Amino acid sequence: MIVLEKRPQPSRGWALATPVLAVLATMLFGGLLFAVLGKNPVEAIATIFYDPLFGPHASYYRPQLLVKGAPLVLIAIGLSLGFKANIWNIGAEGQYIVGALAGAGVALAFYPLEAWFIFPLMVIAGALGGWAWAMIPALLKVRFGTNEILVSLMLVYVAEQLLASMSLGLLKNPQGMGFPGSRNLQQYESAHNADLIANTGMHWGVVAALISVIFAYILLNRHMLGFHIRLTGDAPRAARFAGVRPARLILFCLGTGGALAGLAGMFEVSGPSGQVSIDFNVGYGFTAIIVAFLGRLHPVGILLAGALLALTYIGGEIAQAQLGLPAAAIQVFQGMLLFFLLALDLLTNYRVRMRKTEVA
Amino acid sequence: MKFTSLLASTAMALGLATSAMAQDDKVKVGFIYVGPIGDGGYTYEHNQGRLAVMEEFGDKAETTYVESVPEGPDAERVMTQMALDGADLIFATSFGFMDATVNTAKKFPDVKFEHATGYKTAPNLAIYNARFYEGRAVLGHIAGNMTESNIIGYIGSYPIPEVLRGINSAYIHAKKVNPDVQFKIVWAYTWFDPAKEADAAKVLIEQGADVILQHTDSTAPLAAAEAAGNVIGFGQASDMAEYKDGPRVSSIIDNWGPYYIERVGKVLDGTWETADTWAGIGDGMVQIGEITDRVPEDVKAEALALMDTIASGAYHPFTGPLNKQDGTQWLAEGEVAEDQALLGMDFFVEGIDAEIPK
Amino acid sequence: MDLSAINPALLIASLMVAATPILLAAIGELVAERSGVLNLGVEGMMITGAVCGFVIAVESGSPWLGFAGAAAGGAALALLFALLTQVALANQVASGLALTLFGLGLSALIGQGYVGIKPPRFARLDIPVLGDLPVVGRLLFGHDPMLYLAIALVAGVWALLRFSRAGLILRAVGENHDAAHALGYKVVRIRILAILFGGACAGLGGAYISLVRVPQWTEGMTAGVGWIALALVVFASWKPWRVLLGAWLFGGITVLQLNLQAAGVAIPVEYLAMSPYVVTILVLVILSADKSRAPAALGRIFHASQ
Repeated sequence: MIVLEKRPQPSRGWALATPVLAVLATMLFGGLLFAVLGKNPVEAIATIFYDPLFGPHASYYRPQLLVKGAPLVLIAIGLSLGFKANIWNIGAEGQYIVGALAGAGVALAFYPLEAWFIFPLMVIAGALGGWAWAMIPALLKVRFGTNEILVSLMLVYVAEQLLASMSLGLLKNPQGMGFPGSRNLQQYESAHNADLIANTGMHWGVVAALISVIFAYILLNRHMLGFHIRLTGDAPRAARFAGVRPARLILFCLGTGGALAGLAGMFEVSGPSGQVSIDFNVGYGFTAIIVAFLGRLHPVGILLAGALLALTYIGGEIAQAQLGLPAAAIQVFQGMLLFFLLALDLLTNYRVRMRKTEVA
Repeated sequence: MKFTSLLASTAMALGLATSAMAQDDKVKVGFIYVGPIGDGGYTYEHNQGRLAVMEEFGDKAETTYVESVPEGPDAERVMTQMALDGADLIFATSFGFMDATVNTAKKFPDVKFEHATGYKTAPNLAIYNARFYEGRAVLGHIAGNMTESNIIGYIGSYPIPEVLRGINSAYIHAKKVNPDVQFKIVWAYTWFDPAKEADAAKVLIEQGADVILQHTDSTAPLAAAEAAGNVIGFGQASDMAEYKDGPRVSSIIDNWGPYYIERVGKVLDGTWETADTWAGIGDGMVQIGEITDRVPEDVKAEALALMDTIASGAYHPFTGPLNKQDGTQWLAEGEVAEDQALLGMDFFVEGIDAEIPK
Repeated sequence: MDLSAINPALLIASLMVAATPILLAAIGELVAERSGVLNLGVEGMMITGAVCGFVIAVESGSPWLGFAGAAAGGAALALLFALLTQVALANQVASGLALTLFGLGLSALIGQGYVGIKPPRFARLDIPVLGDLPVVGRLLFGHDPMLYLAIALVAGVWALLRFSRAGLILRAVGENHDAAHALGYKVVRIRILAILFGGACAGLGGAYISLVRVPQWTEGMTAGVGWIALALVVFASWKPWRVLLGAWLFGGITVLQLNLQAAGVAIPVEYLAMSPYVVTILVLVILSADKSRAPAALGRIFHASQ
C-alpha cells in the first residue's frame, strides 16, 4: 500500500525539481495531444517554449514576455501575501478592473490638459481604486466575519458590469463614432504609460512588478509583519498568542492585494491596452491566482511562474499562426501544465512510501 | 530622444524581404479573429472567407490565423508576429482591433493591413465593412408582411450605430408594407451568450411577437421560435439552413469571401492600395439567404425586387422623407442619407416606441 | 411602455426554464461544498457536459443518452479535480481554476466537427388534460422532463442531507474532517464521491443548455453560467431548497429585465445585471451573523496523519 508521510520541512530539492518535472510531463502529454491533432509534436513544443526566447524573432518576443508577465506577477505577489496567511482574495480580476477605471477616469477628467502630475495621480487613483474594491470584502470579514472568498468573487461580476456601463456611458470616447470604449490613452501623452526605453517592453508596470517582488521578499523574510503573516498561515493559534491582531492582518493583506491588482489594471489601461472597453479584462486576475500557487507563494517563484505562463501564452500564439494549432489545444496544454505543477507539488511536502498492509 | 530600435530595423528588413517575396507570385495572408472559428457566427464567417481565399489561389496564397485573440495588446502582438513571420497582408476582423492595427501598420510600412468595421486608415491600412442595413431592409419588408400580430421582436446586442442602423432599416421597410407594425426591442448586452438570446426571444414571443429579428449570432432565437410554433425568424451572419423546414424564412449572410479574394489578388498583382470599402448587396458582401415557401409568392417577389433595386443602387434604404424619433426632420423628401451620418447613427427613426439605453 | 404585455404565468414558466442549468450545476456544487470541497471548476465541467451531451445526442439520436453522456463527461472532468485535490492534495482554488481552463479547451476540441448541427429534439412532456389547464397547466405541467428531474434532484439532495445516515456523514466530513476521520469515516472517499456527483450535475446543466435551451453547439456557449452557479450556492447558504429559490430569483431577474425591456421600459441593464451579486453579498453578510454558515472545512486540505 502506498502512503503519504508529511515531511517535517518541505523538501528544498523537490521544490526545485518538481517544476522541471511538471514541464517535462506536460511536454510529453502535450506532445501526444499535438500528435493526435496531426501536428509534429517536437516542432509544436519547440515553437511554444523555444521560439519566443531564442527563435528568429526573439528580439521582439522577449520584451513581450515582460508585457504579458508583469500584470500577472504584480497581482500574484499581492495575492500571495494573503494566501500565506489563509486570507483568500480571489477577486483580483475585479480589483484590476476598478483600478483601471479609476486610473483612466482621472486621465480622462484632465483630458486634454498636458501636465507632469497627471500620470502620478493616475497611479495613486489606480492603487486606491483596487484597494477600495478589496476593502469591501476586508471590512465585511473584519466586521461580520463574512467569507472573503465569496464576497471578492461576487465583486468581480459587479466590476464587470461597471466596466460595461462605463465603456458605454461615462467614459465613452465622444469622438468614437458611437462605438463603446474610451479614448486611447496611448495618444494622450501625459497619461501614456509608454515603454521607458522604446521597444523593450519595459513600462512602469514592469518596474512596479519587480519592485513588488523585492518588497514582498523583504517583507516576508526581514520584517515582523511578514513573520506574522507566515505564522498566521502556519499556526493560527500560536499567532494569536504571539500578539498578532487578525483584523489588522486581514485589512493589510486584502488591501495590499487590491492595491497591487488596481495598479496592474491602471498600468495596463494606460499602456499596452490603451483604452477602457467592454472586454478590457482578459482574466489576469484569475490567472494570477494560479501563478501565485505555481510560484509556491514565494516572491521569486512567482516571478518565474509568471514568466513561464507568459511564455506559454506567447509561444501558443506563435504555434497557432505557424502550425495551425487551434486555440483550444493551447488551452488544454496550459491546463495540463497547471495540473502537473499542482499535482507534483505533493512531492515537496510529502514523502511517498510503500508500506506493507498489516494483516488483521 | 528616440532610439532606432533593433525591432524597427528587423521589421524594416523583413518588410523589404516580404515585399520581395510578394513579387515571386506567392502571398502570405494572416487573419486574426476575436472569437473561436467554431462560434457558428461572426468569426465562423470570416474563416469561411479565409477558406475561400485558399480555394481560389491554391499554392499562391498561404494563409494563417489566430483565433480568440483578446482586443488590446494581445492583438497587436499577434499581428506583429504575423508580420515578422513574413505576412504580406493581414486581416484584422473585429472593430476592437482598431488601435492595435493602426499601431502595427505603423511599425510595418511594407505589410498591408485590412481592418473590418473601423474608421481609421493609413497608406498601408485599408478598412472594410458591410452595409448590413441593406439586407435588413429586405428582412424588414418580409417581416412586415408576415406578421399577423403586428408585433415584431428585435434582439440587439449593444446599442451602437451598427445595430441601430439595422433596427431603423428593418423598421422603415416593415412599416412601409404594414403601417400598424410595432417593434419590441430587447438589448442582450452581450455579443455572445446563446442562453440569454434564447431568453430574449422567448420573452418577445410571450409578449406577442410572431416575427423575430436578431442581431446576435446564435440559432437560439430560431429554436425558441420553433418551440413556440407559429413564429418565424431569420438566419443571422450565417444561413442557419438547419432551420429551413421550420421557422427560418430567410437569412442575412456575411459573405467576406469575394472581398478577401479581391484584396489578396491585388496584393499578388501588385495593385493593392488603401481603401475604404463599405459594400452591400450589390457587391455580394451582404447576401440574402433563400426565401422559403412559407413566404407567399408575391411577398417573395417584392422582397427580391427590393433587393435588386438596392443592389443596383437605384434605391437607398435610407431615403427621405424620414424623421427622427422625436419628430424632427432627418431627411427631406428624396434625400439620401450620407455615409458619415449612418456611421455615427445614434437615434431611432420616428415611429419606434422604445428608448435607446444610455 | 405597456406592462400589460407581460404575462405573469408565462414569465414564471420561462424563468423556470432559464433557471434549470444553474439549478443543476448549483445543486451538485452544493453537495461538493457540504463535504468540504470548494470546486471552482464548475464552468469547465458544465461546458464539457454541454459538448459531451451534444455529441452523444447527435450521434445516437437520443437526447436521453446525451444527458447520460453529459453526466459522465462532467464527472470525468471532476475526477481529475478529485485526483488533484484529494490524492495529490493540491490547493482547491488553483485546481478549480485550472479545471475551467482545461475544460473550455477540451470541449472546443471535442466539438470541432459539431458546429451548425441541430440536435435531436427533446420533447416537452405533454400531459393531455393537465397541460391544458389555464395558467397552472403551462406553469406546472408544460415543461420538459429534465426540468422536473432537476427539481426532483433538489428534493433528493435535501432528503439525503437531512434524513439519511449518508447525509449526516457527508456533513460531518464537511464540518470537521479530522473528527470524521477519527470516527472512522473515509474522508477522502466520501469527498471524491461528492466531487463526482457535483461534476455529473454540472454536466447535466451544461447539456441542458446545449440540448434544450439553445439547442446547438458553439465554443464557450455556457458563457459564465458556472460562475453564477457558484454564487448561487453561497446565496442559498448551502441549503437545497434555497438553491431552488435562488435559481428562480437569479433566472427571474434576467427574464424580468428582458420582459421590462420588451415592454418598453428604459432600465439600466448593467445595474440590474449586477443586482444578483450585490444581493448575494448582502445575504452573505446577514448569514455571517446567523448560525447557518459555510461548512467549516470548506476548501481545507485533508491529510490523515496517523
